[in-house]
Amino acid sequence: MIAGNSISLFNCQSVDIKQIPVVGINNFRSFIIEAVNSGKRITSFFAYPATPQKFRLFAILADDNAGNLSVLSSEVTDKYPSLTPDCPQAHMFEREIYEQWSISPEGHPWLKPVRFHNSYSNIIHKKAEILPSVMDFFKVEGEEIHEVAVGPVHAGIIEPGHFRFQCFGENVLNLEISLGYQHRGIERTLTGGPDRRTIHFMETLAGDTTIGHTTAYCQLMESLSDCRVSPRAQTLRGIALELERLANHTGDLGALAGDVGYLPTSSFCGRIRGDFLNMTALICGNRFGRGLVVPGGAGFDINKQHCDELLEKLARDLKDVNVAADLLWNTSSVLARFEETGIVQTDICKKLGLVGVPARACGMEIDSRFNFPAGIYCFSQIPISSWHTGDVFARAYVRWLEIQRSIDFINDQLNMIPDGPINSEIKAALPNKICVSLIEGWRGEICHVGLTGTDGKLSHYKIVDPSFHNWTGLAIALRNQQISDFPLCNKSFNLSYCGHDL
Amino acid sequence: MIKALMARLQQGYRTISFPNHTPALPERFRGRPLIDFAKCKRDCSRCIDNCPTNAITKTKSLNIDLGKCLFCGQCQQSCPSGAIQLSKEYRLAARTKEDLIICNGELKLAEAFDKRMKKLFGRSLKLRQVSAGGCNACEADTNVLGTVVYDLGRFGIQFVASPRHADGLLITGPVSDNMKLALEKTYDAVPDPKITIAVGACAISGGPYRDLPQVHNAADKIVPVDLYIAGCPPHPLTILDGLLRLLGKIK
Repeated sequence: MIAGNSISLFNCQSVDIKQIPVVGINNFRSFIIEAVNSGKRITSFFAYPATPQKFRLFAILADDNAGNLSVLSSEVTDKYPSLTPDCPQAHMFEREIYEQWSISPEGHPWLKPVRFHNSYSNIIHKKAEILPSVMDFFKVEGEEIHEVAVGPVHAGIIEPGHFRFQCFGENVLNLEISLGYQHRGIERTLTGGPDRRTIHFMETLAGDTTIGHTTAYCQLMESLSDCRVSPRAQTLRGIALELERLANHTGDLGALAGDVGYLPTSSFCGRIRGDFLNMTALICGNRFGRGLVVPGGAGFDINKQHCDELLEKLARDLKDVNVAADLLWNTSSVLARFEETGIVQTDICKKLGLVGVPARACGMEIDSRFNFPAGIYCFSQIPISSWHTGDVFARAYVRWLEIQRSIDFINDQLNMIPDGPINSEIKAALPNKICVSLIEGWRGEICHVGLTGTDGKLSHYKIVDPSFHNWTGLAIALRNQQISDFPLCNKSFNLSYCGHDL
Repeated sequence: MIKALMARLQQGYRTISFPNHTPALPERFRGRPLIDFAKCKRDCSRCIDNCPTNAITKTKSLNIDLGKCLFCGQCQQSCPSGAIQLSKEYRLAARTKEDLIICNGELKLAEAFDKRMKKLFGRSLKLRQVSAGGCNACEADTNVLGTVVYDLGRFGIQFVASPRHADGLLITGPVSDNMKLALEKTYDAVPDPKITIAVGACAISGGPYRDLPQVHNAADKIVPVDLYIAGCPPHPLTILDGLLRLLGKIK
């Protein structure tokens, strides 16, 4: 590996932007390719408009074993040789860079829109009206091959997305996923902030991940402004993040049961999920944790009575969710549908850089709470839960393991929550800094990168929801599956549309 | 089988008896803001300056537009004289956007359908949900109505898989550019007579996304809306209350 080409950072460490090495594009490429080949992952990769004509590409590479992040950059104008042919992990990031700034990754094999919006760059002329999913889809031809198009409006109460299947009979040869329907243009709006709306954008990036995204943002702003958050606030954030995980994982187990027609667990988990959301509401008044995580600490404190009530509810719900999950693992008709359905091979998982539950279901030991601990997770570690089969069963079972560990964690934290204030004063961010903030949301690794300008305002903000990495994983999982297993596979990933579309 | 039956017994009966009895809301629940005009200082504008969505305006006195309100409590926190309090009032559904702007007195809650519509939909209302740029919180708390806790089916309301099977739409989200056409097409696909319900601050006013270049600021900019349910997101009880009021099951 070429020395001096990158800088090594810890999670939530901010440095001067000028400390980030700017290397030639060839070195930039070879560094990333070598790093990924040696087991690192691309956590974030984006273009920053340094001047109207010149862009700076930033790449953030995660070394899960060492727990550090390599950051490097390179300057480009309107094109550069694509990384994707040598490093498939880069494929969505390069498509995004092309769509946002019209910087062409030359030689990209699959250069299609990501969110279907006009380029931010003034370099090229505005194209005709852009319509979602109006593009060339991958097509299979031949006798008896047929195409199935689903969405954007789906059958359930679910966000919009378009799925295009190439089928031979019931068999899916290829699935292409086209998103962007939920694109609200959040990232662009953050430039020049923070302002009074910023925290609300973070809370609604993906509404079911309010705590995850808001914590990632707050950690980042606190680092950029050199603010120390009190241990009590850190603990409250940790409790909230695990409650969010509990609610969603429990809901997912119920929904998976529903998708194979096993109604007992489906209806039990639907109700228990609500109980976990109500625990968050007990702390802050809102079921999704709105207002609970704020820059500088926490928006709400808990007293002894709250602690006792939470502990009591937690014990009751552990019992209930235990019974509900146990039914799944002991019902052969459920296991017959879960096992060996929607398999993602571990080597494909690595190549695509999947994160979170789908990655751990392929036996990958990656979890930001463990590998890149910040806040309370520096002091109280949660072991990584993984399974090795890569199928729907593995994705369900990893959720179940994590439910148990999250309950243990919350129990511990409630019993030993440190005294002290919940808020620290937060000043304006320091100028010309960059910071990378990682946190393990319930879907997987959330990465926020913030850059400040000379005035200390955000000059660029990059958000990577775990779904951005993982949608491709779902497409791969569907290969050679029956199309009737799509709902089940989809639910086993349960990815975010709005978190992807931003 | 015996295991499943034992589990069923263990989980117990969980359906709430709403609307006859309203379950306790969390102590810190943030519902409709109440203004104490006696305490409100004339020359102060802190709540207005701190509101993230410009939901508060001052004409003769203070007005709060619940259609824009995120129920974040910034107004309450920033008020030096304690004139604004977020109450535990969860009933936040109205038939017009104007009814959601409160200054003094009671919020004019949604009235029931007229006789003809009530005859058509009063005992069976099938809805298609469309998320048009929503963050999945309104969607999630609408979905919750299908669980055993709320058991929406007992009121004759059901979410169906196709607009062709539906009597109306329930829309969430500020209507992103990319969902505009899909929303129009879905609306057109619902047979007449039909109704539309906008759920959440985004669908009513654009919510936090108001005036962003990529959003249309409200569902009623695209299709006519018959019922507005405020909140960010509205609590499941708020949504259920709104639906039942429209059907005349709560007065």
